[in-house]
Amino acid sequence: MKNNDVVINIVRFIALVFLQVLMLNNINLAGYINPYLYIFFILMYPLDGNKGLLIFLSFLLGLSIDIFEDSGGVHAAACAFIAYIRPVVLKYSFGVSYEYNSIKIKKADPMERLTYISSLVFMHHFVMFSLEIFSVKHIPLLLKSTLFSGIFTIVLVVCTLILFNRKST
Amino acid sequence: MQQIIFFFIRNKNFLLFAVLFTISVALTIQTHNYHNNKFISSANYVTGGVYSYKNSITDYFSLGKENEQLLQENLMLRKKLDQFKEVVVFEKLDSTLLPNKYEYFTARVINNNYSKTKNQLTLDKGRKDSIKIDLGVISSKGIVGIVSDVSENYATVQSILNTKSRINAKLKKSSHFGSLIWNTKDPNVAQLIDIPRLAKLEKGDTVVTGGRSTIFPEGIFIGTVKDFHLDNDDNYYYVNIDLFNDMTSLEQVYLIENKEAQEIIELEKRMEDEEQ
Repeated sequence: MKNNDVVINIVRFIALVFLQVLMLNNINLAGYINPYLYIFFILMYPLDGNKGLLIFLSFLLGLSIDIFEDSGGVHAAACAFIAYIRPVVLKYSFGVSYEYNSIKIKKADPMERLTYISSLVFMHHFVMFSLEIFSVKHIPLLLKSTLFSGIFTIVLVVCTLILFNRKST
Repeated sequence: MQQIIFFFIRNKNFLLFAVLFTISVALTIQTHNYHNNKFISSANYVTGGVYSYKNSITDYFSLGKENEQLLQENLMLRKKLDQFKEVVVFEKLDSTLLPNKYEYFTARVINNNYSKTKNQLTLDKGRKDSIKIDLGVISSKGIVGIVSDVSENYATVQSILNTKSRINAKLKKSSHFGSLIWNTKDPNVAQLIDIPRLAKLEKGDTVVTGGRSTIFPEGIFIGTVKDFHLDNDDNYYYVNIDLFNDMTSLEQVYLIENKEAQEIIELEKRMEDEEQ
C-alpha cells in the first residue's frame, strides 16, 4: 500500500460511517429498505493490501455502525465475514489474474465488476439480516430484506464508482 | 511445537476472522436479552453527541407539525382543567396536596428507527435528569416504549416496534386484558394477543394500557382495532391495532415514573420467595 492509499482509506472509512448513520439509515424506503453503502470501504480496499488488516478494519467499521444503530454486533459480524471471504470472491469474479495486480477494480470489465460487487453485497446483507432478525419464523422477511436492500446498495455502489471514476480521469 | 506455530502462521487470517466473528455474534446475542445491552449502546458520549447535533439541524424541518401537535394537546388539557374546576368547587379539595403516584419528565427523540425487527430510540435526557431504566415513554398521542438503558446524558428506549416488547394492554370498552406485541410487518400496526374469546370485539374499538404493569399508568392510549381473527387454538383473539402514534415521526416524548413501582416489585418478590 502506498502512502496515498492509507490517507484515502482513512478518509473513506470516516466519511462512510457518517454518511451511513446520518443519512442512509434514515431513508427507510417502503418502510424497511435501507442501503448499506458503508461496505464500499471493504469493496474498494486495495487488492494488494494486508488481508489480516482488512479483516480487522472491517470489524471496526461494522462495530462503529453497530454502536450508532444499537444493533449489537450484526454489522461487525457481516463485515468481518465478507472481508475474510473477499479473496475467494475476487478469484472467481476476476479470474486468477488479480493476484498479479494486473486488475484494478475501477477499470475491470463491467460484468466482472458487477459480479464481484453483488456477491459481496448479498453475502453481507444475508449475514447481517439473519443475525438481526435471528428467528426461523421470519425467513420470508429475511429474504425480502436481503433482496431489496441488496439491490439498493448495489445501485448506490455502482453510482459511487462512476461518480468517483470520472473525477480521477 | 514448530508445527503448531506454522499452523497459526498459515491460518492467521482465518483465526483472526473466527475470533472477531465470535465476538460480534456474542455482542448480538447479548443485545437480545433485554437490559443487558450495556457494552454497545448509542447512549454514549460520542454517538449521543453526534445524534443530538444532527437533531439540532433536522428539528427545524418539523417545527410546524410539532407546534400543531402541542397546540392540540394544550387545548385538550385546557378542557380537562375546566371540567376539573367545576368539580373542585363543590369538593374543596386541593389536588396538589394529594400524594401523586406518577412523575412526568419531557425529552426529545434524537434518534429513531422503525425499519428493523428490534427497534430502539435514543433520547436526549439521561441519569443526570433522573431518568432511570424501566420508565414508560409516551407521546401526546399514545404509547412509545420503555427505557432500556441510560447513560449520563442520554437514554435508549425499547420501542413498542420491537419483537422483544410485550406490554400489558386492554380494551377500553370491556377491560379484557391482553399483551401488545409487534409482528415486524408495518410500523403503524401492532398486535394484541391473548384476548379471550368471550370479549366482544368490534372494528374501531379503542385499546389502552392496562393497569397491571408497574411501568405505565392505566388508560394511556395505544390505538384502535383494525381487524381480528381467532388464534390457532380458537381460544384467543389475534387483533391488529392501528396505532394512534405515528412511530415514524416522533419528536417530543414524555417519560413516566411510577414512584410506587419499587414497592410493588419488592412486595411481589417477597410473595414469590415465600411460596418457594
